[in-house]
Amino acid sequence: MNRDIILQTKGLGKYFLQPQKFKVLDDISFEVAKGEFLTIVGKSGCGKSTMLYCLSTMDTDYEGELYIGNEKATGKSTDKLATLRNESIGFVFQFHYLLPEFTCLKNVMIPALKLAKYSYQEVEERAYQKLEMLGLQDQALKEASKLSGGQQQRVSIARALINDPAIIMGDEPTGNLDSKNTQIVFEIFKQLSQDFGQSIIAVTHDNDFAKASDRTIEMADGKIINHDKIFE
Amino acid sequence: MRLNVNYEIALTHILTRKKQTLVASMGVTIGIALYIFSNSIVSGFGVYSKNNMFKSAPHIRVYNKDKISQPLFKSTNSIVVIQNQKITTLSNNIVNPFRLLEDIKSETYIRYAAPQVNVDMFYINGKSQLKGVGNGVKILEADAMFNIQSTMLAGNLQTLTSDLNAIVIGSGVAEKLNVGIGDNITLSSAQGVRKIMRITGIFSTSNKAVDESKSYIHISTAQQLVLQSSDYVTDIYASISKPDEAEIYATKLQEITNYDVEDWKTANADQLAQDNMLGTMTPLISFSIMLVAAFGIYNILNMTITQKMNDIAILKANGFKGKDIIKIFVSEAFIMGFIGTLLGLTFGFILVSIMQTVYIGPPIGYFPIFHDPKVYATGAVFGLFVSLGAGYFPARNASKIDPVEIFRK
Repeated sequence: MNRDIILQTKGLGKYFLQPQKFKVLDDISFEVAKGEFLTIVGKSGCGKSTMLYCLSTMDTDYEGELYIGNEKATGKSTDKLATLRNESIGFVFQFHYLLPEFTCLKNVMIPALKLAKYSYQEVEERAYQKLEMLGLQDQALKEASKLSGGQQQRVSIARALINDPAIIMGDEPTGNLDSKNTQIVFEIFKQLSQDFGQSIIAVTHDNDFAKASDRTIEMADGKIINHDKIFE
Repeated sequence: MRLNVNYEIALTHILTRKKQTLVASMGVTIGIALYIFSNSIVSGFGVYSKNNMFKSAPHIRVYNKDKISQPLFKSTNSIVVIQNQKITTLSNNIVNPFRLLEDIKSETYIRYAAPQVNVDMFYINGKSQLKGVGNGVKILEADAMFNIQSTMLAGNLQTLTSDLNAIVIGSGVAEKLNVGIGDNITLSSAQGVRKIMRITGIFSTSNKAVDESKSYIHISTAQQLVLQSSDYVTDIYASISKPDEAEIYATKLQEITNYDVEDWKTANADQLAQDNMLGTMTPLISFSIMLVAAFGIYNILNMTITQKMNDIAILKANGFKGKDIIKIFVSEAFIMGFIGTLLGLTFGFILVSIMQTVYIGPPIGYFPIFHDPKVYATGAVFGLFVSLGAGYFPARNASKIDPVEIFRK
């Protein structure tokens, strides 16, 4: 297996100051390889979502170091991090989080328009391709708020993919979906990591989902207790 | 050319909440309309009161002021003291006035210049007497300068061009002496000269004191009343093309003559002070109105931002920077302000146009208000500027939203 490292943390730690000082993350160090489908499991409150937000560069209030690609992300300005997210990270959230008054197509296009690497027509074309890949080409021109939950989740995956990011992060990406839609999302993630070499980091509660991924990290009380959990 | 994605998002927000946009815009609309209306009134009154002043006061007046006695010689090493100083002016006339008149007329900034002889005298009709001032003028030049024709109530001004016994009196004089067009009236000067004149016209300025004392007579008649020859002139009045800069031209004119030069602003300082006060109050009032409008935009934008916390978090997660968020919401405020300003300009224009057709009656005539491009321009700039300001603060708050905090909820 190709072991190009795409994301690395060294001694990541984080405190919550309220209601009292409390260490949520403690000495988290791990690596994510290019094309790896990684899941993170653990009980509620073990700090897995908090960790994901640190990895996402949105939360900068941590100790330790974070590398994305070959770049050190720790200590960069928020504007630089925004550009970094725009280029290299795609997000899928539990509550699909689309912009309700825009069409699905526009929702998918917005990060690419921000990146401004392609012309408007090209972006539109690429957005159509992504929607088609997720079986949503018929819904492209509908308003995002008029779609079902599963459809919205797939649109948000299309949006995460539009800039061909090196890493796709998901915070319970299937948490709100029925088993059929969960299966669809899983297939897409699998395909992305295998065929396009994109790394997936997904926080999940769903053991079946985790089991089928390449590797599962298990967390408890802010620490990694297992770097490659084996499911019985 | 496609819109930048920030502006596209702003536009979509605006278009999906038309009602809120309109409400926010309405505040600006009312603010701008009132701004234009009140400022048009002020500049209308300013022009009216200036025109009113110019009916009797010249832009620049050259005259011989009373002089106090001066030492005959100047000494550098001693102080000369004159005890019991006296007014030394023997006569208030200008020596060789026509030469000076030619000099004044040859200055490029002078539009008209005319000699005038002012005579203190009594109007007498039978037993009733009235003290007043006769203005001995060359009526065509005086009319060009003061637009006397516009103040005429009855009779004909042109008779003064040739008829030495014609007089045009103020309406107050006519009323007090109970005389009308065609009646005779006796003038008696301080020099004891009496002349019987025929009334050929009556004028009315809006100034009662002027109407009850002033009259126009031929300049030669005035000279006869004070027993002087035809080169006796007490004042030279000049009008210039830019009356607002009268003080500058007055100083220029002072360079070519030893006589006193007075501009209309100095002569009417009290009236101008009143106008200035009005001119200071109105912008303050309209500024308060605009402030209320600004709060309208501020509130609606703040509300929008509170409702759109999720969207802002998503945009940030997808790589939008703080300044992109500011751009989005400031553009929304700008669009609201732009719509409001456009409507405000239109409403202001309509209001002013309506007021222009309101007839007040003589001597004012139609309501003194007019479309002043400067007022519209400042109104537009003001409206847009205030909207941008009102948009910036909520937008800056929006840009500080921490996406993690939103997602964690």
